[in-house]
Amino acid sequence: MIELINVSKSFGGVEVLKNVSTKFETGKVNLVIGSSGHGKSVMMKCMVGLLKPTSGNVMYDDRDFTNLEYSQLREVRKEIGMLFQGTALFDSLTVEQNVEFTLKMFTSMTPAERKDRVDFCLEQVEMQGINNKFPAEISGGMKKRVGIARAIALDIKYLFCDEPNSGLDPVTSRVIDELLKSITEEFNITTIINTHDMKTVFDIGDDVIFIYKGKKEWSGKVKDIHSSNNDMLTNFIKASYFD
Amino acid sequence: MFSKPEKLSVYIDRTITEMNNIGVGSLSIVVIIAVFQGAVTTLQIAYQLISPLIAKPVIGSIVSDSSMLELAPTITCLVLAGKVGSHIASEIGTMRVSEQIDALEVMGINSSGYLALPKIVAGLIMIPLLVIISIFLSNLGGIIAGEASGILTYEEYLQGARESFLPFNLLFSLIKAFTYAFIITSVSAFQGYTTNGGALEVGASSTKAVVYSAVAILFSDYILAQILL
Repeated sequence: MIELINVSKSFGGVEVLKNVSTKFETGKVNLVIGSSGHGKSVMMKCMVGLLKPTSGNVMYDDRDFTNLEYSQLREVRKEIGMLFQGTALFDSLTVEQNVEFTLKMFTSMTPAERKDRVDFCLEQVEMQGINNKFPAEISGGMKKRVGIARAIALDIKYLFCDEPNSGLDPVTSRVIDELLKSITEEFNITTIINTHDMKTVFDIGDDVIFIYKGKKEWSGKVKDIHSSNNDMLTNFIKASYFD
Repeated sequence: MFSKPEKLSVYIDRTITEMNNIGVGSLSIVVIIAVFQGAVTTLQIAYQLISPLIAKPVIGSIVSDSSMLELAPTITCLVLAGKVGSHIASEIGTMRVSEQIDALEVMGINSSGYLALPKIVAGLIMIPLLVIISIFLSNLGGIIAGEASGILTYEEYLQGARESFLPFNLLFSLIKAFTYAFIITSVSAFQGYTTNGGALEVGASSTKAVVYSAVAILFSDYILAQILL
């Protein structure tokens, strides 16, 4: 479980994340929704340690991530997988080397064991047979899948996805959504997804948090979204239907 | 950057790859520059020293000393600042703007160490080697130009070069090469690592890496000459 306790983040005196407190449960697909520029990505970066919150704490199963020593921080990060909006695959490495990367860095696996694990991860995302291709040689949807395979290469406990469907066609988007849902359930991990795609929310979401102008405006179960009387959330949902 | 590597064998592999990129990848340009540098210097020294009072081997001694003390290390490294420096800055800068460095950080890897350290170590090994090659080829260029133009024979050139040779000059040249290697790789890696924005900023970082490295090389050239000569 990941818990945010009064997390705020300011840039040059401008507060872009305001006192956010919430919990993300294990084994569930937790969705963070909201319009672009309202603080979703900043919140995710604070959670994975790419940004340090101005105030507040990020707890990973009772470990205060914001106040850990660098060596302890690195240990927690080995339990984190992240799918970036632009996939962030390493251009100079092949698909296989990308997925193998963390195994090579952090495990004492033999090359044969690493190969098996890479093949297993690529099989999970249905991307067998492209081991020797470079990221520039595969499509956007394939890159996303390889990004997921790379994220789950180590036995992770937490999976973060920043706009996993951005730039993808509707069919590929649904495939990625299903993949994230099945990985969450199969490996019993805490998955947190930033999105403004309401189809994703209703298809695979368990818990939802709505961020508006840097504040947590609403949180609850997916099934409760339509019965919410929060104006900002209602407007966001309506706007997304006309998108 | 200098914290304990996550896995030494990975860092060694990366250093060898960078040694190939920096050293072997720059060899052809270094060869061309060194040969022409020695040849042109020989012709110009001869032009300035045409006098029956000056022995011809003096030309060889001036060219070989100039190559060793200044031309080979400084000119070679200024060129490498352009070639290697811009490559390092644009490579790391592109990784920054495409979130690849963020990905390394999220994985728990010390990104600055992983990206910069192998390049710096590779530079410290390969750039002095390139400078030694440049010294040798610069003299070869001088000999060829001397023979081809009929200004002096290769025996006269070598006689002058041998008579004026001081082992300290070679040491001085290597001290310069190590200093410049550190400047080129670290300044460029820093510029790339601190890139913020998109493709335009990657280009700007690359330009800054070359300009700052060149200025730092010239400045340190003066300081080293002042201190050590």
